[in-house]
Amino acid sequence: MTTIANTTSVQPTKPWKVTKRQLIPNLVLLIAAAAVTYAIVAISPMKGKLAYVLLFFIFGTGFQAALSWSKRGKSAATDTIAAAIMMTGGFLVFLPVVSLLFTTIAKGIKGLRPQIFTNTMEATSYSDPLTSGGLLHAIIGTLFLILIATVISLPLSILTALYLTEIKGKASGFIQFLVQAMSGVPSVVAGIFIYAALLLTTNLRGSTIIGALPLAILMIPTVTRTAQEVLLLVPNELREAGLALGATQWKTVATIVVPAARNGLITAVILGVARIAGETAPLLFTLGTSDKVNWNIFSGGQNALPYYVWSGLRDGTEGGLQRAWTGILVLLILVLTLFVSARIFGSRKVK
Amino acid sequence: MTFTANAPKSIPDKRQITTKPRISDKIFRGILTAMSMSSLLILTLIGLFLSLRGFQAFQTQGIGFITKVDWTAGVDGSPDSFGLGAMIVGTLLISATALVIGVPLSVLTALYLTFYAPESLKRTLVTLVDLMASFPSILYGLWGFIVLMPMAEYWAQLIHKYLGWIPIFGMPSPAYTRSPFIAGLVLAIMIIPIVTSVSREIFNQTPLDRIQAAYALGATRWAMIKAVVLPFGASGVVGGAMLGLGRALGETVAVYSVLNIVFKVNFQVLYGFGGNIASMIVGKWGEASLTESKALLAAGFVLFVMTLIVNLLANFIVRRTVKTGK
Repeated sequence: MTTIANTTSVQPTKPWKVTKRQLIPNLVLLIAAAAVTYAIVAISPMKGKLAYVLLFFIFGTGFQAALSWSKRGKSAATDTIAAAIMMTGGFLVFLPVVSLLFTTIAKGIKGLRPQIFTNTMEATSYSDPLTSGGLLHAIIGTLFLILIATVISLPLSILTALYLTEIKGKASGFIQFLVQAMSGVPSVVAGIFIYAALLLTTNLRGSTIIGALPLAILMIPTVTRTAQEVLLLVPNELREAGLALGATQWKTVATIVVPAARNGLITAVILGVARIAGETAPLLFTLGTSDKVNWNIFSGGQNALPYYVWSGLRDGTEGGLQRAWTGILVLLILVLTLFVSARIFGSRKVK
Repeated sequence: MTFTANAPKSIPDKRQITTKPRISDKIFRGILTAMSMSSLLILTLIGLFLSLRGFQAFQTQGIGFITKVDWTAGVDGSPDSFGLGAMIVGTLLISATALVIGVPLSVLTALYLTFYAPESLKRTLVTLVDLMASFPSILYGLWGFIVLMPMAEYWAQLIHKYLGWIPIFGMPSPAYTRSPFIAGLVLAIMIIPIVTSVSREIFNQTPLDRIQAAYALGATRWAMIKAVVLPFGASGVVGGAMLGLGRALGETVAVYSVLNIVFKVNFQVLYGFGGNIASMIVGKWGEASLTESKALLAAGFVLFVMTLIVNLLANFIVRRTVKTGK
């Protein structure tokens, strides 16, 4: 291998590539645009960051476009303007992401002390200073909810995905259509549906298991669609080989197709969990509430991280908002962990 | 003697070659088919329960449930008045604001990611967009309330100052807080990842030969995008925008955090009150009587039908574009 690499070490030339010298005029013009912007803001009544950004965009783009026009004519100038607009559009989209992450970490870290992971809100109200109380009960509640929702939705969604990829029956198109319809169900609708079906006319009260039901409904389409994509990546030769060796379809799927797609299926479940971990709206109708750790999933209210954040936000006091930020930071860490692990598993979808 | 007697036994019967599924396969297929019907079951149950439990509201309010504006539970035997009119208008207004802000930005981002961004930057940015989609909606609500609202109020003042002569940006009295504009802004940020990733998927499928043909004819990058990519991807972008609309219509917590919900029709996006079905359900739920709860379930049914129609239309458009590549 190394010898081959040595013999072909000649780099291909790229005559169209922009050299550093060609970039100098662009750079000079950008600096000029910055200077003009600064001057205009200084002498005109327009003030503020917004004025700087807007004027710099206008002059920067204008100068670059003029340069392109002088070199290659009108169409090149249009091209420059279009490129600048797209870059700005892309840049604008990433501002909120950065701001979201930055604010959450900056505000949440103040309340992130070890004691919040061992205490509950049993003897504390949201407006109390952060030295008392914690979110242990919310973390345990969220873990319970994730576990139950996964147990309910996993068989349904994986088997639906298998139906869509392995059997491809007459109803495939219809089922696909339904799964897509399901993925559009708003979370609040899933919540009030469970309320209408189970709680409205019965003696049942909100509990962990009932709170997990709407989450399962929201999880099914996500897992199904991802699992379906992954199963489609399993090469058909594997299925044919299994059948040719005399295995039944059931054996082929269970011992060949599913193991081959294992990592991808795990990714699908992780993405589903990430989808529901931060859901708040359905919990407001189905979870009841609890200020202490509740190990009984069948009766008594429960708490969850998003619910905890919601309570803090509704409390509105300084302490409540601080608790909300801390709660959202913990929730964000959970979601980011799921996101990263989905990436790691997803990068090797089919073995 | 023995040889001829034993011979037929050692030759096995001719194997049956058949495409008929064996019993294990039949069971397997049966289970999968039954399970795949779960989505049908769930959707039917949602529609059924919400409409049945909310039937009382539809019955007593009639068509007024959708057209009337005020929502008051009757006190001491006076008749209830449940009208979703203001909420439907508000939901549509906020979603439209979100689309007007979010879709152009998403398309620009998708174009930038597909045709302009250098490879190394591209991977980071795509990850960031995916990350944006996985943020919980309560995070958007909290962030919108604390961080975005003060900034957005200032922007709203600027818009009103320079564009106030357009009726939609009008302002009867200065009240910029918790307006549909701010809620629409938060929703715009929330739908950007969906619209961007659908648009990117469509733009990526632009036939390479057409792109190269445009370049060979001397087109600049923008001329190529205008002549090849945009006509190819237009209907896909429309589909992506509708998927975003579906999400925007049903968003609850984020909107509730930043919107002042008042049962009054308001078309002025910058003015500080509006309506939203999903948030209204959450807001009214706490102190609702049984009758009012049922009316809220009926409101949920209306929302369910609205999102269902929008989503199915969106998926239809996206799938048609992806398949035929028109």
